[in-house]
Amino acid sequence: MSKTGYVNSIQSLGAVDGPGIRFVVFMQGCNLRCGCCHNPDTWALTGGTATTAEEIIAKAERYREYQGDTGGITLSGGEPLLQAEFAYEVFSLAKDRGINTCLDTSGSVMNDEVLKLLSVTDRVLLDIKYTDDRSYREYAGCELDTVLGFLALLNQRKIPTTLRQVIIPTLNDNEENILRLGDIAKRHPCVDKIELLPFKKMCKVKYDNLKLPFRFGHLPEPTAEKIAELENLLK
Amino acid sequence: MKHENWNGFKPGAWQDNIDVRDFIQTNYTPYIGDASFLEGATPRTEALMKKLRDLFALERQFGGVLDIDTATVSSLTSFTPGYLDKDNEIIVGLQTNRPLKRAVAPFGGIRMARQACEAYGYKLSDTIESEFQYRTTHNDGVFRAYTDEMRAARKCHVITGLPDAYGRGRIIGDYRRVALYGVDKLIDEKKKDKKSLEGEAFNTENIRLDEELFRQISFLGKLKEMAAMYGFDISEPAKNAREAVQWTYFAYLAAIKEQNGAAMSLGRVSTFFDIYFERDIKAGLLTEQGAQEILDDFVMKLRMARHLRTPEYNELFGGDPMWITEAVGGMGEDGRALVTKSSFRILNTLYTLGSSPEPNLTVLWSKELPEGFKLFCAKVSKDTDSIQYENDDLMRPNFGDDYAIACCVSAMRIGKQMQFFGARCNLAKLLLIAINGGYDTTSQMHIGPQMEPLSGDKLDFDTVMERYNVYIEWLSRLYVNTMNVIHYMHDKYCYEKIQMALHDTAVERLMAFGIAGLSVVADSLSAIKFANVRPVRNADGFITDFVTEGEFPKFGNDDDRVDLIAKDMTHRFITELRKTPTYRKAIHTLSVLTITSNVMYGKNTAATPDGRKAGEPFAPGANPMSGREENGALAALNSVAKLSYDDCRDGISNTFSITPEALGKDDSEREGNLVAILDGYFAKMAHHINVNVLNRETLIKAYENPEAYPNLTIRVSGYAVNFNKLSREQQREVISRTFHESV
Repeated sequence: MSKTGYVNSIQSLGAVDGPGIRFVVFMQGCNLRCGCCHNPDTWALTGGTATTAEEIIAKAERYREYQGDTGGITLSGGEPLLQAEFAYEVFSLAKDRGINTCLDTSGSVMNDEVLKLLSVTDRVLLDIKYTDDRSYREYAGCELDTVLGFLALLNQRKIPTTLRQVIIPTLNDNEENILRLGDIAKRHPCVDKIELLPFKKMCKVKYDNLKLPFRFGHLPEPTAEKIAELENLLK
Repeated sequence: MKHENWNGFKPGAWQDNIDVRDFIQTNYTPYIGDASFLEGATPRTEALMKKLRDLFALERQFGGVLDIDTATVSSLTSFTPGYLDKDNEIIVGLQTNRPLKRAVAPFGGIRMARQACEAYGYKLSDTIESEFQYRTTHNDGVFRAYTDEMRAARKCHVITGLPDAYGRGRIIGDYRRVALYGVDKLIDEKKKDKKSLEGEAFNTENIRLDEELFRQISFLGKLKEMAAMYGFDISEPAKNAREAVQWTYFAYLAAIKEQNGAAMSLGRVSTFFDIYFERDIKAGLLTEQGAQEILDDFVMKLRMARHLRTPEYNELFGGDPMWITEAVGGMGEDGRALVTKSSFRILNTLYTLGSSPEPNLTVLWSKELPEGFKLFCAKVSKDTDSIQYENDDLMRPNFGDDYAIACCVSAMRIGKQMQFFGARCNLAKLLLIAINGGYDTTSQMHIGPQMEPLSGDKLDFDTVMERYNVYIEWLSRLYVNTMNVIHYMHDKYCYEKIQMALHDTAVERLMAFGIAGLSVVADSLSAIKFANVRPVRNADGFITDFVTEGEFPKFGNDDDRVDLIAKDMTHRFITELRKTPTYRKAIHTLSVLTITSNVMYGKNTAATPDGRKAGEPFAPGANPMSGREENGALAALNSVAKLSYDDCRDGISNTFSITPEALGKDDSEREGNLVAILDGYFAKMAHHINVNVLNRETLIKAYENPEAYPNLTIRVSGYAVNFNKLSREQQREVISRTFHESV
């Protein structure tokens, strides 16, 4: 044990990243470059704060009282699968202490370490960006099939999964996309929840600070009514 | 003793002695269900509330004060009866003869009464002016005895907000006693107490007590007279729910007619009332709708309570607050929750009458509270931003299960303990005075022990601490002695006759000191310890600014290196305070609470080593400084939770604002998550939290367009305010506070 992990930041109160109240660790480094990403500061594969799994767990344990029966720890990012070995250590220690584990991922990385990580994962939040391969390649930088392969594996291992999609006006805020999303969920019984997240632009300041172009900066945010309308299609 | 108005109640020790707690424990019906039984407002309630809302709007148009009676000194019977709508009111009684008309209360201080009248374009009547030429007020007494040093400490704002020009407040009469026993029985008991002094040594204490009992008895008589003016005979116990609420309200009304204390809190009445509601409902005399209607009418009266204040006062305590604090819920010592249907009903008034800062509804939280009640509280918080939470599991071992909260966070046993309120001192300013060897650069005054300003290019932690301790020692002694003067004079010239008549004669006294600027001091000392702080000196050699280089841990990130500095400061300060004896052997207590005075404290404090610029507001209460929390909300809560309640028995105030989006995706998730946060925070032995679930954008819109948000209520620091009643400066500070958002 005690592999070094690189962490971008920590959020002690995560109320929207998995069930209940969660201690969220944003890992440093991402293999995708999504136009809607709200954490561009986590992209770089170098940097972040070097830390050990023990240190992460020691911190997480300071918030146990808030987490009740449903909450726990969530690894997000960046892409936590890029540091799967470290993530495995964190989750193993968490499980030893009875802390619920949740992985927030794009599902775009697959290797032996990732498989091992899934063995100690209680829930996956799978961020499925689009439901067509062309958009996936163009706006995220990977293939739809890779992600579907990951989902198939979750299904095979019966890991409870939340499918999440950021709704971006003009790109995926249409009925066909949502129906396809519903269909994907239906074909994978491990999916017990679908969350449509409105695209938000408050991260623009992060892009400006990093002097990075905000690729979707010109697109509008979806209205609450639009999200409700799309959610209705899934009922 | 037996009384026919008690028929249907279970007998107990409460019948023979004044013991409201025993009555409650013997007779209340715990409720463990959810909120589905609640009823909405009746057409009658809605019509009255509309009338009241129109009056509130008019009051706002008139610049915050609708009318002042400048010729009548406020007391129990000095005004003819007043009504909102005589034919339709269920509970009656106003402070003056007209709704929202304010009275003058010159016994605390004639100057403040005069200035308050003038601030709103009125003039105090010549009759009162000339009569008070021959009367000594509390304010006169205090300034006769203040030493030069006390005046200087007050003038340079190292101690401020002292109750030396108006009523001290913070005293909670056990107003329930009037309903349960009737006034005659209370008079008899006080007469017995007075009689028992016969044969005792007539020293200062006993002579004073003997006279106080005389005055208590006399005012219980006036209380009966006041009720009689409204057509009620309250000599005997209340015989039904409506009377129980009315009798209790009369007692409270008498208190706010007599005293204009900063905080005039109500106590813990809802579960007491519930026993009467249950009895009437069982007897078929009352419906759920009827019960809600009685409480609605009662709460409407509370929302109409007003005191006349000066603009300077409003700077300290913004938003025209009364702190009609009502403690709701909590657990009994026998393990049963003190939650009843009326605990729900009183919270429900925030729906039936709309959200409002008053009464200051305070939920006594325990992990053992019934789930249905917890979820309802979370819903009310989310919908109205009008309630605060305090840790019953922390307070119950110290105060039993029949305590209430005065003001924001001050616990005391009802009818058995009272408090000498002492505002607060500015710890951040004191640090700067220490560094400058007894000189305050803001007021340009020399104060305290005189020595050379600290020398050298870099502040050294141990040297600073050694110096700071000298000044903490000095200020603690001065602070206790100043308080002794104030409360001696208040007892002498502005004694709370009716409120003390509703206490046991052998009352325990607490003396409540306070501190402001705790997070500024903790971060400043952390900067000196862990970073490089270079003092900047003016031409006279005094340090007026600091250049701070390098990283240092900041309070609010769950980092022990700095959090324990904050904890140590409170311990150090209360330990020093305890060394100076108090007036009437009061127990020293300490609070970390600022109300809205954090803005004013900041304005009067030069730049600090933590990087705070001169004049910038402090964080409110025990909050971390805005924008310094890097690990999210719970890390900030953990930092505050480390402050010890043993050191701060007068309360530790924390204000927490979170956006709805960050709390969960839908209402049910948000309510569940808020319950989890409260359970977690209080399991950490934290004391208090104000909860706001709102977006900063809403406040900005209300700031720019106040008319569109007449009822926007937010929790600020131990109390709630109507956002529009804050000064522009206070509004800006609230907007700049940390809102925990989702990332």
